[in-house]
Amino acid sequence: MKINLKVWRQKNNNTEGKLVEYQLDKISPDMSFLEMFDVLNGELTKKGEEIIAFDHDCREGICGSCSMYINGRAHGPQTGATTCQLHMRSFNDGDTIVVEPWRSRAFPVIKDLMVDRTAFDRVIQSGGYVSVNTGSARDANETLIPRSIADEAMDAAQCIGCGACVAACKNASAMLFVAAKVSHMAVLPQGQAESTERAERMVAQMDAEGFGACSFTGACSVECPKSISLDHIARMNREYLGAKLTSTNVQG
Amino acid sequence: MAWVTQTLSSSLGRKVIMSLTGLFLSSFLIVHMAGNLQLFKGDNGRAFNEYTYFMTHNPVIITVSYLLYTSILAHALMAWVLTRHNQSSRPVKYAYSRPEANSPWSSRNMGILGTVLLLFIIIHMRTFWYEMHFGSVPMAEYDGKQYKDLYAVVKEAFSQWWYVLLYVISMVAIGFHLAHGFQSGFQSLGIRHTKYTPMIEFVGRYFFALIIPAAFAAMPIYVFLQVHGII
Amino acid sequence: MNLESKIPEGPLAEKWSRHKFGLKLVNPANKRKYDIIVVGTGLAGASAAASLAELGYNVKAFTFHDSPRRAHSIAAQGGINAAKNYQNDGDSVFRLFYDTIKGGDYRAREGNVYRLAEVSVNIIDQCVAQGVPFAREYGGLLANRSFGGAQVSRTFYARGQTGQQLLLGAYSALSRQVTNGKVKLITRTELLDVVVEGGKTRGIVTRNLITGKIESHSAHAVLLCTGGYGNVFYLSTNAMNSNVTAAWRAHKRGAFFANPCYTQIHPTCIPVKGDYQSKLTLMSESLRNDGRVWVPKTKEDAEKIRKGQLKATDLTEDQRDYFLERRYPSFGNLVPRDVASRNAKHVCDEGRGVAATGLAVYLDFADAIKRDGKKTIEAKYGNLFEMYEKIVDDNPYEMPMMIYPAVHYTMGGLWVDYNLMTSVPGLYALGEANFSDHGANRLGASALMQGLADGYFVVPYTVGDYLATIGPADKVSVDSPAFKEAEQHVSDMTQRFLSIKGTEPVDSFHKRLGHIMWEYCGMSRNAEGLTKAKGLIQDLKKEFWSNVRVTGEGDEMNQSLEHAGRVADFIELGELMVDDALARNESCGGHFREEFQTEEGEALRDDANFTYVAAWQFQGENQPELLNKEPLEFENVKLTQRSYK
Repeated sequence: MKINLKVWRQKNNNTEGKLVEYQLDKISPDMSFLEMFDVLNGELTKKGEEIIAFDHDCREGICGSCSMYINGRAHGPQTGATTCQLHMRSFNDGDTIVVEPWRSRAFPVIKDLMVDRTAFDRVIQSGGYVSVNTGSARDANETLIPRSIADEAMDAAQCIGCGACVAACKNASAMLFVAAKVSHMAVLPQGQAESTERAERMVAQMDAEGFGACSFTGACSVECPKSISLDHIARMNREYLGAKLTSTNVQG
Repeated sequence: MAWVTQTLSSSLGRKVIMSLTGLFLSSFLIVHMAGNLQLFKGDNGRAFNEYTYFMTHNPVIITVSYLLYTSILAHALMAWVLTRHNQSSRPVKYAYSRPEANSPWSSRNMGILGTVLLLFIIIHMRTFWYEMHFGSVPMAEYDGKQYKDLYAVVKEAFSQWWYVLLYVISMVAIGFHLAHGFQSGFQSLGIRHTKYTPMIEFVGRYFFALIIPAAFAAMPIYVFLQVHGII
Repeated sequence: MNLESKIPEGPLAEKWSRHKFGLKLVNPANKRKYDIIVVGTGLAGASAAASLAELGYNVKAFTFHDSPRRAHSIAAQGGINAAKNYQNDGDSVFRLFYDTIKGGDYRAREGNVYRLAEVSVNIIDQCVAQGVPFAREYGGLLANRSFGGAQVSRTFYARGQTGQQLLLGAYSALSRQVTNGKVKLITRTELLDVVVEGGKTRGIVTRNLITGKIESHSAHAVLLCTGGYGNVFYLSTNAMNSNVTAAWRAHKRGAFFANPCYTQIHPTCIPVKGDYQSKLTLMSESLRNDGRVWVPKTKEDAEKIRKGQLKATDLTEDQRDYFLERRYPSFGNLVPRDVASRNAKHVCDEGRGVAATGLAVYLDFADAIKRDGKKTIEAKYGNLFEMYEKIVDDNPYEMPMMIYPAVHYTMGGLWVDYNLMTSVPGLYALGEANFSDHGANRLGASALMQGLADGYFVVPYTVGDYLATIGPADKVSVDSPAFKEAEQHVSDMTQRFLSIKGTEPVDSFHKRLGHIMWEYCGMSRNAEGLTKAKGLIQDLKKEFWSNVRVTGEGDEMNQSLEHAGRVADFIELGELMVDDALARNESCGGHFREEFQTEEGEALRDDANFTYVAAWQFQGENQPELLNKEPLEFENVKLTQRSYK
């Protein structure tokens, strides 16, 4: 296959970036999208040009590192998959493919296609946990958790934190990411004790990071590699309103 | 009261304001449409004018109308605040983006649709509400009682083709606005359930996005055709 | 050099309790006077950092990822073992211990393995309390599945994403401590040297991957939780950035490297497709619970399949060879990984492999789907099937999966004593980075168990003992000569990479190293091949240092430079692996020497001469390493030929 690439090149966060064109031939349809980038970087190295920086690691769709906006869509044309799970057979010979980094105020570009997603970590740090010290847990089977509840928690918990929801949202909103964590904890009995505080704190942190609000377009869920449902956003809205109306925190 | 302002200025709180005002405005549309159906009565406006009189004199309705004006303003103002915030959340835009692949057009263009509706509301209120309250509306007499003949104002306005067209276009806009807005309002309040969400979506899509705008659009068309003697 | 394992005296079941009692404690008010560095934030690192912070120590946690949640522990699919015996099927701590020792082909320490089995039950409790959504039965109790090398159901799981859920649990505990101010999280920062002075570990030197800045961090103790070195083979199921650099640089500063040749080849991976391939994808071992492994009985049929003239489903039952069920009737498809892998290689070497390359066997779910229905199979393995379909473009519900062994885990690692301390005082190694618990072969669902055992339940006790011994004042400033020397060393190395300006990309050297390792030091090895490999690696090393091309600069984000440093270390490690494989004249677990096998082709151990841990000591650049032997003593199990028949 022959592929024309337009890739966003940006030296660092303080400089302007631009789309640069590259031509590749002899691309196999069985190659993964990132392997195609490996080939390109190999060629750039041989020419003495600087390679294209991009985040990637597990290359099996679970670590959440890869983060390319491909042909106008987060993680490219395939749904329910990450960039690393995309294969060149999804494209046609001679196609032009535009590749950009995630765009969000909360995700500043580090270099080329690499962005800083530590905003997500700060949101988790604000309350995405159960306060239990090592060694203080009781027997795992003492709390019964019906299968349906465990399944629902897992549906939310499987979020890989890639940020495609933010990238795809017209408002660069992180609602799906935050809701997945709030919802995971909210349905499980272990999460109950702190559920009020958690919703308040995580939403406050999400806002502080500069993410947009939810317009309920559904883009996030469609582009989510784990197809996390909008139900979780509704649950977070419920949790948040409930928390705000019932908590004793009068300061905000 | 810090928590109240804090809550209402959070991204979720703002959406709650949008939701509550939006759903209230939606419910108003039902009443407004039901009342305006009097136009189809063919009694040369008597039922319509009597209805108008009731609406402008009943203390409950008057109170609710102030709530309505507030809601329109709050909805528009909050939309403006949210839009500004949302746009600032992505200072560098994508060079190439295909949002149509993952979301309906109406959901992404609520701001534009809303702006169209706001302009419409201004024109609409100038033509009828302002005339009714502050203008010189001719009088009509039914059973010895004087009524403002708003029907005459309606007839005059809807006799112009471009004015009718403006209404029809605005009703299309309201259809799209509500196709997304109605169900979205419930989502913002966290009302989402396997059993009830499909019902909400059905009502939103067919009643609010189709039947109500169609009924409203039929009014100017009907009057236009009648005035010009086509029917 | 005398290697002291510090295994406590006394009966097996009491060793850990007695040892814990004997360990010195740091009083609660003094804990805040100690600084601990944790490198790596996978299961071992995140759990250790969180637990130590909970105790009150000041922790600095480093990751080269943008977030702790990206660590490769996240990719573990199948599950985590624990001797809970919730299924009432005869499991016990002793049985888990026994299975692990036997599965490891009697090349692990009894004391360590027993402790691992003992704390396994606490891990499940801890994780559930954190909100890890393990699979449940309808009534709400925890569900279990069975795994290779065991005849009981003791594996806890969260769909096919157990590692992810456990890591997110540990990550949440870590995040809580970041908020509490007890953990300082330092991301996108890579360890490039360990600072040792006065016979003790003093800290580390790192490179900020965004700015390229070389920085020193001083502490009372350093914990390396940096994972395994499977990427020495280039193609492996490890993540692209998994590397040996932290462990290797520690090795060069005095930490012994133990059993480097013990490599686990996982039997169920998606076969290699082409030369461009960058990594291999694992299909969870749990698939072997319901999938049946087979190849065509005849070479002729296999060849037709390879040419695309026949499909798997065209072959009738009697044209198929379910070779694992045939050879191992009692364990069948659930034999340990090394056995399953070697058998797959064997049938492919016979010319009965499938796929265009001939390097694949079938894993067939047709019977399971017929027996339990598609819905049940989908519930168990749905996401794995989806993953397979995305990569191979073939529907495993209709067509048997194709699998082939691939490098997955490395049992070898930094030598540690019972306290998880390396041979350098104050330097610890946890999780896959150490060598300790799996012997020559790791059982499925035991890596997660070990990582969390080390981090949650072992190191929080044992580090205290060391800290109490040295006292809070025994710390060296980052301005001291030892740190400055290490910083200089790191800067020089960066400059050296950038100044070579050769013609060959780093990746290409990595690939070439991988080929050598897989060919001569992979699933089966022999003295001749290993000797040849040693020469090839030495040549490759010379070529690397004269012709590698590193693009970009040192003071910016530079993935080419990062990779170069890692490959340089892999090359050196590769040579040591070959040395170790050559020195171990026996077959055991993941180390299969063709010269040493039974008539049936099973691994043949030499217990008289090789019941030891090979701990290699660095002697200087381009010097042969020194082999130290730690004898393994077995008091509670009898060494037998492993049999899964």
